[in-house]
This record gives sequence, structure tokens and C-alpha cells, in this order.
Amino acid sequence: MSGSKGLNRQQMADRVAREFQDGWIVNLGVGIPTLCSNTDIGGRDITYHSENGVIGYGGVAAEGQEDLNLVNAGGQNVVLNPGAAVVHHADSFGVIRGGHIDATVMGAYQVSMTGDFANWKLKGQKGGGIGGAMDLAACAKRVFIILEHVTRDGSPRLVTACDLPVTARGVVTLVATNYGLFQPSGDGFRLLEIAPGLTVDDIRAATGGTLTVADTLRKIAPG
Amino acid sequence: MTQKSKLRSSFADAVADIADGSTIGFGGFAMPGTPFNLIQALKEQGAKRLTLVANTTGGAQQPRMPDIGMLVENGQVAKVICAFTAATRPTDVLPFTKYYESGEVDAELVPQGTLAERLRAAGAGIPAFYTPTAVGTELAEGRETRIIDGREYLLEYALKLDYAFIRARTADAVGNLRFHRSQRNFGPVMATAARITIAEIDDPVVPAGTIDPDDVHTPGIYVHRLVQVPPEPEGLWPTKRQERRK
Repeated sequence: MSGSKGLNRQQMADRVAREFQDGWIVNLGVGIPTLCSNTDIGGRDITYHSENGVIGYGGVAAEGQEDLNLVNAGGQNVVLNPGAAVVHHADSFGVIRGGHIDATVMGAYQVSMTGDFANWKLKGQKGGGIGGAMDLAACAKRVFIILEHVTRDGSPRLVTACDLPVTARGVVTLVATNYGLFQPSGDGFRLLEIAPGLTVDDIRAATGGTLTVADTLRKIAPG
Repeated sequence: MTQKSKLRSSFADAVADIADGSTIGFGGFAMPGTPFNLIQALKEQGAKRLTLVANTTGGAQQPRMPDIGMLVENGQVAKVICAFTAATRPTDVLPFTKYYESGEVDAELVPQGTLAERLRAAGAGIPAFYTPTAVGTELAEGRETRIIDGREYLLEYALKLDYAFIRARTADAVGNLRFHRSQRNFGPVMATAARITIAEIDDPVVPAGTIDPDDVHTPGIYVHRLVQVPPEPEGLWPTKRQERRK
């Protein structure tokens, strides 16, 4: 995180969470996506689904109030909201593959302009960590990705084509980075919103592939 | 009609007959549902050349509880079938990873939903199925796919187990089980996929007829041996994990 420009982790999560619509069933991946559940999105009713079969979980349990047999996908002890239900793993992934998830939010190493993304294996690594990412990526109605705009050494993470092994192809609908909000458009990335303190030229210089700018380009209001 | 109780006197007794070369599935997602006591007993029992099936090999979180990575470290394992051979965060290191990278132990990496469904299929008499998961990825390279209604799907095969080790909250003497919260996870599908299911149970095992039939999560026909988890420190229970570094 050191030296990163633009939005912080919570602000990136906030921007994505503001896309959630009333009545949606949402699956949050580990890391930054988890922070989406902190965002105040008014009276909208969101049901959070966790891949281990918990449908309708709430926030992290208060110190001393944890049920050690209740965790979210990241292994945090959470609480249940009224109306929650628990199912077994095959049914939980039936919820996912069956197209019942309105949106999934995941982290990634790379996103391509055709909507491919990579988040399970590093270059040259044997094996990796897939978890539920491939099921969610292939089957959720919308795939939202949150990632830092560039790597630690400054290389773009928004790229023409992923050079890391992909998690799924052509599925990403929206990308939030610390620099802005983007849509993979097939032949490039469309910049929809820009983070405070950045210019379009800054972003173009840090993005692989073609960058187009929406006519309606707006500044992201953090928080 | 009375049925014989499936309750065994010890974890050692419950795992005594497990032969070298067996395929064993383990319930558990993070701590909930992980059969810590059965894993510990299998480590002491010492069966070798095992194939283990689980969501993850464990060991990324502290404090470390018995996990199948410990069976790998103990030289008992030939192969692991799981959804993670490495941690989600590249900065976390799973103890298993080095055994895999050095080639000492084989692994088959399977998307989590595909893993659950392969087990479910095995228990339900479905030899194979098509799924959209992993299409277009390196996991699908060279494998059979099929276009159905205009979408491409990957063929996956059922995964049968010799044994399933699971953990539940409540059991009656004939093995009807109830799970508590996210303890359920892989438990029910592992139980149906296995020839012999061994369940470690949190609460004292109750007489048959105590659990209302409508409230059973896993029917006793899928459960063959029960072991009561003793209180700490003799028995192993989920613990609060330490906050991970930021």
C-alpha cells in the first residue's frame, strides 16, 4: 500500500458497494472486498452469501461474543442477520452456479480489456489457491473486481491480455482501483469515474491497453 | 426395533482399521467442522500412502490446530485433492506448499464448488457432470467439454471416498446428525460420498428418537461411527484465531 495514490482500501470498497441494489444477493471475497459490508448504502437490503453456506451474515462479531463455529469466507467470526439460513457446501455452490448471486466482488492480480481476470496463481507457481473464485467468476450475474491500479514495481494491472493464468474469461463487469472506476469494453478500458488527485493522463500512463474516457466522467466522492 | 449404538469409546478405536492407501475426506472450512480429534488420531494410527480430500491443507492461521498438512509432514500422504495448494494471500505460507513444490506429495487442485459437487455426485449415484466452472482456464486444458444451449461446460467426475471424517454438534445413537452454523460445510456431502463415515460430536450423544426426524441434517444411514469429543484439554475444540497481520 505504501506510496499508493488515490483511494484507500475502504474507499475502493465503498465505491463498489454503492453499486449494490436493493434486494441483491452478494458474495464478497477475502481481503478488500470484505470491506464492502462496512459501507453505508442507506436502506438497501443486501443479503450476503458466504461460500461455506452462510446466507445472510452480518458484521464481525464483537469481542467475547464470537461463535467459533460461525465464520465467513475469510474465516472471520461473524454474526447472522435476522432471516439468515445455513446450507451445506454443495447447496452453497448450487446457489452460485445456479445464477442466484447478483454480484460477486473479488480481488485480482490482473484484469484484461476483454473482461478476463487472474487471481489464483502467480507466474511460475506450482498449484495455487482457487477456493470458490472460479465458480463465482463463471456464474455470478456480475463480477466486480477491486485491485490496486499498479503492482509494487509500477506495472499496470489493467492489461491488454492477462499473462497470468486466468480465473475466468470475459466475465468482469466493473473494476475499481485506487485510480478510478473502469469497465472492460473489449477493445480497451472505459474510465467511468476518476479518483481525486489523479488526471486522465496519469491513468492512461499506468494502464495497459487502450483507455477511453466516458462522456459522463465524474470524480469519485470518497466515503 | 432397537438399533445398535454407533458410539465408539475412543478416537483411536474409530480409526484403527484405516488401511494404507485409503482415500479419506475431511469436513471443515476454517475451524468450523474440522475433525481435529480424528486427524490427531489418524496421525497416531500412522496409515500411509493416503489420498486426502479437503478444502485446504491448513496451517495458514494461528494458532495451528490439527490439519491434514500435519499428516503430510508426518509422511503419511501420497496425494491431496483440494481447492488450495497455496494460501489466498501470497504472503501467507501453507506448510503443505513446500512438500508439493518439491514433488514429495502430489496434488489435484479443484475449484471448491466442483469439489463439493464431485462428492455430492459420488454419494448420489451420478458418475460425472458438466459445470461452467473453470472453462477457459488452464484447469480445462486437454479435457472434455461440451456446448449445451450455447454455453461451454467442463466434464467433471464423481469423487468417491473410503472414509469421511466430519464433525457435528449433535448426534443420536444411530448417527443422525445436526450441525451448528457453518460447522456444516462439507460434512453432509462427504458423509454421502464415503463407504464409512466417522463423526466426532460436540454434545453428548442422545438416544435414538430424541432428534425430531424433520430436524436431521445428515441421516444416520450415512454415518457409521461416532465419537464424543471430551472437554478440553483432552478433547480438541475450535479456538479463536489470532488476528492476522495487516
